[in-house]
Amino acid sequence: MINLTIDNRKVAVEEGTTILEAAKSVGINIPTLCYLKDINVIGACRICLVDVKGARTFIPSCVAPVAEGMVVNTHTPELIKARKLVLELILSDHPMECLTCRRNGNCELQKLAEEYGLSEIRFEGARTDYPIDDSSPAIIRDPRKCVLCRRCISVCTNIQSVQALTAENRGFASLVAPAFNERLANMECVQCGQCSLVCPTGAIVERDDTEKVWAALADPTKHVVVQTAPATRVQIGETIGAAPGTIATGQLVAGLRSLGFDKVFDTDFTADLTIMEEGNELLQRVTNGGVLPMITSCSPGWIKFIEHFYPDLLPHLSTCKSPQQMFGPLVKTYYAQKEGIDPKDIVCVSIMPCTAKKYECQRPEMNSSGYQDVDVVLTTRELGRMFKQAGLDMINLPEEEYDAPLGISTGAGEIFGASGGVMEAALRTVYEVVTNKELEDINFTACRGIDGVKEATVQVGDLPVSVAITNGLGNARKVLDKIRAGEANYHFIEVMCCPGGCIGGGGSPIPTNTEIRLKRIDATYTEDERMVLRKSHENPAVQELYAEFLEKPLGHKSHELLHTHYTPRSNYPEEEC
Amino acid sequence: MVACSCGCGEDELTKQLEKVIDEYRGQPSGLIQVLTKAQNLIGYLPLWVQTRIAKGLGISLQEVYGVVTFYAFFSLIPRGRHKLSVCAGTACYVKGTKKVLKALRDVLGVKEGQTTPDSRFTVEVVRCIGACGLAPAMIVDGKDVHGRLEPEQIPEILEQYA
Repeated sequence: MINLTIDNRKVAVEEGTTILEAAKSVGINIPTLCYLKDINVIGACRICLVDVKGARTFIPSCVAPVAEGMVVNTHTPELIKARKLVLELILSDHPMECLTCRRNGNCELQKLAEEYGLSEIRFEGARTDYPIDDSSPAIIRDPRKCVLCRRCISVCTNIQSVQALTAENRGFASLVAPAFNERLANMECVQCGQCSLVCPTGAIVERDDTEKVWAALADPTKHVVVQTAPATRVQIGETIGAAPGTIATGQLVAGLRSLGFDKVFDTDFTADLTIMEEGNELLQRVTNGGVLPMITSCSPGWIKFIEHFYPDLLPHLSTCKSPQQMFGPLVKTYYAQKEGIDPKDIVCVSIMPCTAKKYECQRPEMNSSGYQDVDVVLTTRELGRMFKQAGLDMINLPEEEYDAPLGISTGAGEIFGASGGVMEAALRTVYEVVTNKELEDINFTACRGIDGVKEATVQVGDLPVSVAITNGLGNARKVLDKIRAGEANYHFIEVMCCPGGCIGGGGSPIPTNTEIRLKRIDATYTEDERMVLRKSHENPAVQELYAEFLEKPLGHKSHELLHTHYTPRSNYPEEEC
Repeated sequence: MVACSCGCGEDELTKQLEKVIDEYRGQPSGLIQVLTKAQNLIGYLPLWVQTRIAKGLGISLQEVYGVVTFYAFFSLIPRGRHKLSVCAGTACYVKGTKKVLKALRDVLGVKEGQTTPDSRFTVEVVRCIGACGLAPAMIVDGKDVHGRLEPEQIPEILEQYA
């Protein structure tokens, strides 16, 4: 252990601990801006400067390790002055559009300016001026608001292993952007939005589609239905001040109904349906010698990733559409017919913890109903904004139930929101379908948690089914490399694009960090346990759907509406003349 | 994206570039060496060159571009036959770097970072070259130092370089 003194308090921490972490361990919070635990630790912004006795200059505490006998002060008058100066310099090249900025009220730079009581910026001079990149259907980049902290580069490169952004040029010309300042839509960017989750300012944000939804809700000729992703009910509370891990399912339904949606349905329903289709696809592949391991296809960022970086492995992907994209065509065929509504008058809205879903719904093949299957995707953050605009104290509304039939679901559908959830849901169903026996314990705890790569073997009848589960694309890459090398003896692999699964998706409330992800995961399994039905094949509405409309899993109608194909892409610019 | 390496007159160059890349194929650590050799071969590092290098070394184009734009040595634009490096260190700046650049702009019609249409000169701005006593100074082709520059001297100096 290393002993040191911070602000006149004795502190003992392990060797290698940074001054910042050591201070935090005794409740002293040193301000930071570029620092992001475990992701971006580079000492770039100089906000976290501290005074170390005997040192020639102030030291950036986020990167400086502790030393024996060190005497640290974290808030001398000189330090306060130095931090103010750093802030003034950052703000001297900042657009100051706080009132019209998406991150107004939830901006780390704004918060620091407020805490340090800045009343004027003494430095005037040149300002960077770059055009806004709104080429992507999911993510908007405004480099003028960028503070060059490089968090987005770190998360994109080190966590997602995509590296669609880089730090370009030097000095005042420094810019965080794709190579050649190319537009994001033309890049290998997978639209996962993890960059928007870590950006301390409004330099990278989700595309806001709330106006489209307000317009649809106000149009009397439109029948507007909404589906809510599994993860959204354990996230939405945070957008209006509830503690992370708050379950707000019934309040969410009530809130959506108050906003004016004609029907409030649930993506959990099509998650159950996915299990029926995907489970049967797996059994068919195992029986008929199809391509194994089969990999899940629920996560659109993951789909774009494999299309760009591992196009040779596309045959491993399940042909099942994601639950969101199974829901769209069913609303505009099955539901429309059942209710006698012309599908052209239906507006299908999704609430997703995800930015890539905005991209997914616009993919050209996603129109098997004859219309764009899902019309508008809102992230959890955008829905929170709508609740605020409507003046709804959503979290305190009396709980309400989802509408039938597309709102009826099981615990298996609910756990799709957490890493390992799709696998667990599949195992619950595959086991019972194959063995005709009831599971003694339906909790496959080996699937749960946020470890990057999880493995398990489950005895299903005569067959030991070997599975792997990954979250975060950097971890997915490890498993894909094993498949390429012929070393992956799995039957089934679950991949979720974002760390922790959808509960940590790029459309989640800000902040989202490991601690908050774990709370949302806990809430997800609590919600599962509360459900009466917890296996997808027991969902009565899914059974009815097959009996009335689809006939059987992998049947003709299923192939038409619920399955898809993929597009090999390159991760380099096209060479053309 | 605008890129071209389909051949249009650059076939031979492309082959030679691939040879340069071959030495380090699949080795991300060879980036600087490959970039240096590629620039020596082609004169600059346009998108198609960087893309081939990224593919060859198995790294992201962003990684390549970040390095190319970090080092002043690497150029994204074609270089002229002669390089005019105008010093903008503190002493030169104070003594009139701006005047020198304006004179070059008046005579050549190009700004810093640009190459004349006849490929004769490339103008660049560099940090202190250590010739503060001669401020404001300029180095031509990395070897000829011209000091205590006055704008009217510029045409005469340039005439020495065909």
